[in-house]
Amino acid sequence: MRFGVVVFPGTWSDCDFHYVISEVLHQPVKYVWHRDRNLADLDCVILPGGFSYGDYLRAGAVAGKSPVVEALGEFVARGGFVLGSCNGFQILCEGGLLPGVLVRNECLQYRCQSTNLLVENVDTPFTRGLRPGQVLTMPISHGEGKYFAEPETLRALKARRQVVFRYATADGQVVRSANPNGSVENIAGVVSESGNVLGLMPHPERASESVMGGTDGLLLFQSLLGTLVEDGTFLKR
Amino acid sequence: MKARVLIRLKPGILDVQGAAVQRALAGLGFGDLRDLRVGKLVEVDVDAASPAAARARVDEMCRKLLANTILEDYTIEAVDGERLAPH
Repeated sequence: MRFGVVVFPGTWSDCDFHYVISEVLHQPVKYVWHRDRNLADLDCVILPGGFSYGDYLRAGAVAGKSPVVEALGEFVARGGFVLGSCNGFQILCEGGLLPGVLVRNECLQYRCQSTNLLVENVDTPFTRGLRPGQVLTMPISHGEGKYFAEPETLRALKARRQVVFRYATADGQVVRSANPNGSVENIAGVVSESGNVLGLMPHPERASESVMGGTDGLLLFQSLLGTLVEDGTFLKR
Repeated sequence: MKARVLIRLKPGILDVQGAAVQRALAGLGFGDLRDLRVGKLVEVDVDAASPAAARARVDEMCRKLLANTILEDYTIEAVDGERLAPH
């Protein structure tokens, strides 16, 4: 699977994703500059964390209208995979590729900590290698990660099982005390209706080697790669 | 043509920034402050043939980028001395 890691001015997790994909997963990967619209040679586009365009106006707002994000519409329509983490999730929401929006943490603090994530949907290309109810541990690092969606959007998200991860306790209880940022219903990650666009606030690339404290982030990549390995083509999920 | 865009969080959306500023003001002796919400002001100057055209362009800017209508309402005002078409 050919990966592209998008670089905006102010992106900071690009090198981490590139390292994990090339050195840990041994997959072909290249950087994609934010002005680039040509994604033809890619199977999966990563939108990494950081502060694209300084997070001016709103987090991810300017990046959400950039040439590369505009090109993602067509890329997604032809079945390409997109994974946005942290600022990448904010960009996907601002760019209209995922519903909802991410706003300032309710606690007003920048939160850089480990979180436990309850896996709610294992029928996505990014989670198909997981068990329902499995709890993953990944770090977060953000000031604007409170997920918000209007009530009708939220109802539709749940009805279509688009909520993939919720902040939880280590044993999988979705409770307020496990919610680091005030996200509505502890939502930490959502998938598009088509299933091939995932946005999450946690950082899978920072949980991909045991020396870094955990490898649960790798499970998302391994699930994704499994979709190709199975019969040599993309499986529509 | 100059215009001013005011972008505000919708009523009912928790404004944590405003709450923090309000607490700070209360600490400075403004305990009489009942409510405070923080918004954004964007000043624009557009080339347009008419006030109506100017308002339409600025409205398009708001919908496409300046405001996130999930969270925010916006109003467009003419700057003093300029005329913008009414809503």
